[in-house]
Amino acid sequence: MALKIVKGSIDRMFDKNLQDLVRGIRNHKEDEAKYISTCIDEIKQELKQDNIAVKANAVCKLTYLQMLGYDVSWAAFNIVEVMSSSKFTYKRIGYLAASQCFHEGTDVIMLTTNQIRKDLSSPNQYDTGVALTGLSCFVTPDLARDLANDIMTLMSHTKPYIRKKAVLIMYKVFLKYPESLRPAFPRLKEKLEDPDPGVQSAAVNVICELARRNPKNYLSLAPLFFKLMTSSTNNWVLIKIIKLFGALTPLEPRLGKKLIEPLTNLIHSTSAMSLLYECVNTVIAVLISLSSGMPNHSASIQLCVQKLRILIEDSDQNLKYLGLLAMSKILKTHPKSVQSHKDLILQCLDDKDESIRLRALDLLYGMVSKKNLMEIVKKLMLHVDKAEGTTYRDELQHTCNTKLCNCSTLILLRYISILVELTRLEGTRHGHLIASQMLDVAIRVKAIRAFAVAQMAMLLDNAHLLTGNMQRNGICEVLYAAAWICGEFSEHLEDPNQTLEAMLRPKVATLPGHIQAVYVQNAAKLFATVLRKHEGATDSQAAQETSQLLVERLPLFVQSANLEVQERASCILQLVKYIQKLQQKDVEVAEEVSALFAGELNPVAPKAQKKVPVPEGLDLDAWINEPPSESESEDEKPKAVFAKEETKHSRPRHTEVDEKELARRREARKQEQANNPFYIKSSPSSQKVYQDAPGVEHIPVVQIDLSVPLKVPGMPMSDQYLKLEEERRQKEKAEKKKKEKKKKREKHGKGKKHDSGPESEEDITPAHHVDIVTEEMPENALPSDDDDKDPNDPHKVYDIQGNLQDGSQVVVSVIFENKSDSFLKSMEFNVLDSLNSKLQRPEGAGPHDGLVVPFQLPPGVSNEARFIFSVQSIVMPQKLKGTLTFIVKSEDSSTHEKLDFKLHFTCTSYLITTPCYSDAYAKLLESGDLKSSSLRLEGVNMPFHHLLARICFHHHFSVVERIDSCASMYSRSIQGHHVCLLVKTADQTVSIDAKCDEPSLLGNVLDEIKQTFSQC
Amino acid sequence: MRFMLLFSRQGKLRLQKWYTATAERDKKKMVRELMQVVLARKPKMCSFLEWRDLKIVYKRYASLYFCCAVEEQDNELITLEVIHRFVELLDKYFGSVCELDIIFNFEKAYFILDEFLMGGEIQDTSKKGVLKAIEQADLLQEGVWGGGV
Repeated sequence: MALKIVKGSIDRMFDKNLQDLVRGIRNHKEDEAKYISTCIDEIKQELKQDNIAVKANAVCKLTYLQMLGYDVSWAAFNIVEVMSSSKFTYKRIGYLAASQCFHEGTDVIMLTTNQIRKDLSSPNQYDTGVALTGLSCFVTPDLARDLANDIMTLMSHTKPYIRKKAVLIMYKVFLKYPESLRPAFPRLKEKLEDPDPGVQSAAVNVICELARRNPKNYLSLAPLFFKLMTSSTNNWVLIKIIKLFGALTPLEPRLGKKLIEPLTNLIHSTSAMSLLYECVNTVIAVLISLSSGMPNHSASIQLCVQKLRILIEDSDQNLKYLGLLAMSKILKTHPKSVQSHKDLILQCLDDKDESIRLRALDLLYGMVSKKNLMEIVKKLMLHVDKAEGTTYRDELQHTCNTKLCNCSTLILLRYISILVELTRLEGTRHGHLIASQMLDVAIRVKAIRAFAVAQMAMLLDNAHLLTGNMQRNGICEVLYAAAWICGEFSEHLEDPNQTLEAMLRPKVATLPGHIQAVYVQNAAKLFATVLRKHEGATDSQAAQETSQLLVERLPLFVQSANLEVQERASCILQLVKYIQKLQQKDVEVAEEVSALFAGELNPVAPKAQKKVPVPEGLDLDAWINEPPSESESEDEKPKAVFAKEETKHSRPRHTEVDEKELARRREARKQEQANNPFYIKSSPSSQKVYQDAPGVEHIPVVQIDLSVPLKVPGMPMSDQYLKLEEERRQKEKAEKKKKEKKKKREKHGKGKKHDSGPESEEDITPAHHVDIVTEEMPENALPSDDDDKDPNDPHKVYDIQGNLQDGSQVVVSVIFENKSDSFLKSMEFNVLDSLNSKLQRPEGAGPHDGLVVPFQLPPGVSNEARFIFSVQSIVMPQKLKGTLTFIVKSEDSSTHEKLDFKLHFTCTSYLITTPCYSDAYAKLLESGDLKSSSLRLEGVNMPFHHLLARICFHHHFSVVERIDSCASMYSRSIQGHHVCLLVKTADQTVSIDAKCDEPSLLGNVLDEIKQTFSQC
Repeated sequence: MRFMLLFSRQGKLRLQKWYTATAERDKKKMVRELMQVVLARKPKMCSFLEWRDLKIVYKRYASLYFCCAVEEQDNELITLEVIHRFVELLDKYFGSVCELDIIFNFEKAYFILDEFLMGGEIQDTSKKGVLKAIEQADLLQEGVWGGGV
């Protein structure tokens, strides 16, 4: 036996224990899944062994893996084996594993019944305890039925430890096997008076939970609990008892009356917030359930509200939240008591926690009455302005919109102006809601129509303020309502002529189609009104002018891509033309035109339809036609955006369907375009396109112009622009090959302050400019896109110049030139660091943070900013990718844009022109430390001194000595590498023999020199 | 109480205890969803949130989030107290507990939780009682394990 134990522990020494497993998983972060699958294989081997210790260890590891989300159900039988071990250590692990892994569907549970029964009756209380704990997690109806008796016996066990657990588990048994409740209940009731407080509180817990499910069976226990409540000092128990009473009082009002007093006493005396909160909640619940007739009823409410105020005023966010939550419960029955704390609740709107703000808002929502409406709305409006957080903001506006209606006329007047004010707010997504509210109020309340019409006319007149930000939100929907109200109730308009003019402005054509359609239709209504007004004043001249206005402006809408707009516009245009003819013959037309829109619109009660009797023999449920197939019905379902209005006037409905159809087609078109490799995508969200399909065409290209800078045309029309783009792209492709060496020349050019001075080299025009052009497109470049976007020319071309610097730091000066017509601000320069080269960022900034460019750029202006890079190795050229993000500000909008660019650090740019004397030079060459390399350039057709000057200028060398057509040159890198050149020329052939202590640096410098000369 | 979860700031589950039978798939889904919701909350926000039909009470201790799901009628503050009590117990048992203690001795953490809560209800309101039970059970365990490993 002893040998076996020893053998077992030796075996175990070679197995992984739980700690090893955990450590292993932590060490294999990259290939966790693979590591774990090998572990599981090991565990499977371990489970096959006879040694229970090994098995238990394996099961313990499985339990851990189970938590990580791995399926271990295959080991269920092994878990049962470990549970049945006679050793507590293993039994404990077995039960833990079972409680974590088993559920009602686990079939091996059937096998455990006898084992559990054995454990429950074990002389060791911990064996019993562990079995009870495990059972509480995986008890099934079968187990509950089979073991109910055993557990019931345990409720009278001598050890309180067991009694307590047995009482608690009875709750689970009752749930699974309700028949056990009746026989067990007397004993459970006994336990309420158990000498051990733990057992007592367990019994209270169980009965409280049972009572919550089915209170009426427990009414008889009320006196006992009442006694417990007044005697107990254990807050945990008190809370449960109070909760129990909360569940009982709705059934027995007398109990409620009796409760108020002890509860208020507790509220006064307790210092425990949890108990206080529970008491307040229960008092509220009791008072709600009691109808009335309580003498000190209002006093208790006052007390609760006062205590809640303290909670809300507390600096603890949790108490604040709960205080507001409880307050909203009081609000339902005692709104007045809450309203006196309006100030406090309004304060909570300023809280930094969004969930508290939402709670406060919820409360305010319910607090609004006729009297305080103005004040609350005023405050809310203030908050809408500064509100952060989208949910909160939406909720806020929702409150403003929905809850504040249905009041008296006066309030409605105010309501309309609030709605109008709301429209001024940017970023609201409630355009639809506001619009439908406006329509609803204007149609329903005759008395306010004049006011509403005046406000709406104002709105139409200022429509341009709204349309600026309309792409992103539905606020332009309110124009729909405004146009309709002005048209329908045009008799209230002060100056219909002006409104008519406002509705026919060219800018209207940028609105969504369904709104334009309403505009057109209502322009006709207005036209009728205007005609009548003029003819009433016998001012035929003015009447004719109005007709002329329509004739001039309507063709804009006739051209609309939206069918609905087009149809209505051409119809009305013809009508107006006809009227114009009649006018010229001095025929009175106003009456007839008005007749087109005669008849008043009356609101219809929602129930009105029901009152219409169904004619005899009409079966409303019968199909008129054969039911359409599934797929069709989906398309045809009209979108109920203005559901309320549709019952009153069905005009806008067509537009909805129409728009949907258009959207569908647009989507199909986009899809087609996306699949077409030859189609150039050009939506404003092109950045996104880059991510989705990183094709060659979308990579921003750095390019340099030597003599002919690439002029970017301003404000091209979209289709022209597409052509331009294609041309440019081809050009770019051709230039791609050249660009690298151009870049080098550029670098060289900037380095001239270190140059020894190439005086005679006027013919060398250094390439100063690196034009970085991304594939930006005008926002309306997609010809099929909505017409509602302002054409904006976002062509920005930036000049970036690299510059060389001392130490291992390189200063890059970048010239930003704004070639667009828009104002650029908030520019941020960022470069993706490589291991070798890093952008130096201010202390505290993260490695991916951008640097703010310290200026803004008005159109056409350029400015220079310097950025420092630290470079480790300089022997290789470097290319760094970077992005410039900025905000484009145009008249009425500002958009966030970005430009990608590349920075080239050539090896040449790490060289510093350093003079060297010929004797020092000779020593250097003799030292033998230098590796040599050579280069031959054919067909160089330039005077020798030009050639030298070019090398000096572009590659930062100085001439050491020159004899006829032979010259020695020298330069030093910022890290002190010596670079020596011997340049000879004969018959247009240049040979360069070079030496340097760093061969790869030398090779790269020579490559760069070669490129410089292949360009000329 | 429906369930209790312990997870790290990185979204790694450290402990889970379900007091109602829940299918494995649902568990995973709920854990994932809940972790996202809780981790997204700012430090200054209150500890309660409504989630599905449950109330979530959570509290962060160092890098660990303790998160309980309770029913509508349950008392949030007492749940917070339960969490705190559990942390105190862990602290007493491990001696200034840290996340690693719970990772490496996760079975012990479960044993403590099981002594403290049973079926989602509080078993023993006294810290001493719980710790005594654990110690004695451990003693029993040591006897067999023999301190060999």
